[in-house]
Amino acid sequence: MSRRKTERLLSLVVCLLSANRYLTAAQIREAVPGYPESFEAFKRMFERDKDELRELGIPLETGSNSGSDDEPGYRISRQAYMLPEIRLEPDEAAVLGLAARVWRRAELAGAAEGALLKLRAAGIEAEDTTQPGIEPRLQTGEAAFGPLWEAVRDGRAVSFSYRGVGRSQAQQRRLEPWGVVNRNGRWYVVGQDTDRGEQRVFRLSRIEGAVSFTGAAGAVQVPAGADVRAAVRAWDFEPPAQHTGVLRVRGGAGHGLRRHAVRAEPAQEPGWDTLWVPYADNGWWSEHLASFGSDVIVLEPADLRDAVIGRLEGVLA
Amino acid sequence: MTADAASSPESPRRPGPAHRPPTAADRLARLLALVPYVVSRKVVGMAETASAFGVSERELVDDLNLLWCVELRSPDPYCPIDLSYEGGEIVVSEAESISRPLRLGVDEASALLVALRMLAELPGIGDRSALGRTIAKLEAAAGAAAGPSAQVAVQVDTSAEQAALAEVTAALADARRVHLSYYVPGRDEATERDVDPMRLVMVDGRSYLEGWCRRAGAVRLFRLDRILAIKVLDLAAQVPAEAEPVDVDQGLFRPSPHDIRIELEVSTAGRWVAEYYPCEEVEELGDGRLRVSLRTPDTRWVRRLALRLGADGRVVGPPVVARLVAEDARAALAQYA
Repeated sequence: MSRRKTERLLSLVVCLLSANRYLTAAQIREAVPGYPESFEAFKRMFERDKDELRELGIPLETGSNSGSDDEPGYRISRQAYMLPEIRLEPDEAAVLGLAARVWRRAELAGAAEGALLKLRAAGIEAEDTTQPGIEPRLQTGEAAFGPLWEAVRDGRAVSFSYRGVGRSQAQQRRLEPWGVVNRNGRWYVVGQDTDRGEQRVFRLSRIEGAVSFTGAAGAVQVPAGADVRAAVRAWDFEPPAQHTGVLRVRGGAGHGLRRHAVRAEPAQEPGWDTLWVPYADNGWWSEHLASFGSDVIVLEPADLRDAVIGRLEGVLA
Repeated sequence: MTADAASSPESPRRPGPAHRPPTAADRLARLLALVPYVVSRKVVGMAETASAFGVSERELVDDLNLLWCVELRSPDPYCPIDLSYEGGEIVVSEAESISRPLRLGVDEASALLVALRMLAELPGIGDRSALGRTIAKLEAAAGAAAGPSAQVAVQVDTSAEQAALAEVTAALADARRVHLSYYVPGRDEATERDVDPMRLVMVDGRSYLEGWCRRAGAVRLFRLDRILAIKVLDLAAQVPAEAEPVDVDQGLFRPSPHDIRIELEVSTAGRWVAEYYPCEEVEELGDGRLRVSLRTPDTRWVRRLALRLGADGRVVGPPVVARLVAEDARAALAQYA
């Protein structure tokens, strides 16, 4: 970090904010100390400085004061620069403090800190004083989160390698992303799959390798009425339980099953209970029942019983 | 870490973003916030300011000197910023052009708005009315920068946690001991214990009661959806001084060096294991197959996992666990014979 560079950038911001009109590059060079003598070297450095200011979110505009000016100039409009007036009541400042902690060490942690800094600078005391016993966190361990958020934010198409459930090979997918959604702790991206011509949901943890930007910023148009939350909810949808399994469960075991049982009574064999438990999907349910080993026996239906036996035989195969 | 949590880990460890050294632009952002911070408070102490900006008082003095030294040369040389910090108190007397903070950027507005909207959807967390008002004010202040935040959503299905949540928050608020019936799925056991609540922790879409477990004599995390029954006792919570809260940001499930290392090989259909559990190592074996290594203090959940996987996975080591899994499967099949 160079102190001289910070000084120069700060002077540049103050100069452009105070001017109230467009200043040409030559005028800026005259007013702001720290630029090199040679005009070429100045131009190069000034170009980089402009990029850095824009990167920080400083609204640096190009234009001219009147039609007769040949050379374009630069200015920072105060209106565009200034954070509008914002006042928070103590209870509002408290929830803001809690919210800023949500991203701690996750992808947007720096952005949350930066926002809090600006709000504190606006006079807000955002200390988290209420409910000190609560720690809500959002995490972004999936490497794809950062680039996909950028793509969504900037409206850019992307491409990535994706391994769907049960696929032995990853496939290259092209997507116009509409939104990122966290559902029950897992991140998903929703958008238009350009190869399939349909809306698709992808789970970020199944993206392999880097996400590449394939389109220009602003090219992706999110269709009116697109509901990214609903798309992920539908993807994650658990079908209603239409079947009932009859199970014999050892006393003191199978607590998770007992909670979902619609009927339970002691079995004829002492030390065992019979449970009637609703379920939707033979596949997942048979895996779950197999995990209880000899503490749970499936009595009915036959296809569920066979599936559990198949699982257990698979262990020994 | 805690045996109850570690015996059934739910989420991979997730490192935070890499930290990079501060740049000139980072410092510029700080300076542009520092001036309005002081201006909006009229006069403010050095120590308080340094801590608000996360810098040392020496760095703060350097920042103030830098601001004070800003000089523009045209048409005549002048110093746009005037300030003093005598007697440990900062006063900015002249800083017209940068007396207000810079607008929120899209990332900044989004980070706060997404978090606030998430909190507003979580029952029992934060003051619902304050959250609504804060969201509205922040949206207004952020203006167009608030737009993209609508494209990020966080949904948490808390229906399974509802029953326990009210009691847990009440016990925390009143600092009272609770009695729990708690289900440990890894061992398929219901356990009874008294717990002195410390915090309600929400990570990866799940809520946990963190507390001093009097049965274990240690800090434990209890997943709310696994609390079978909870009773707030007429006793004050007594959390011992040595009770160390879990560093949530380091991941809830950290293996201990004493844990047993388990090696599994899974087929394509068993790849979810690597997504679901915090693995120490994951190795591609080709054709979608994986070898995963995980650490656990309790092998019972691994045996249950192996039964669940069936032909889709296999315990490779240690051999004693592989043998136990085979015995479990034979014992279960014997029931059907």
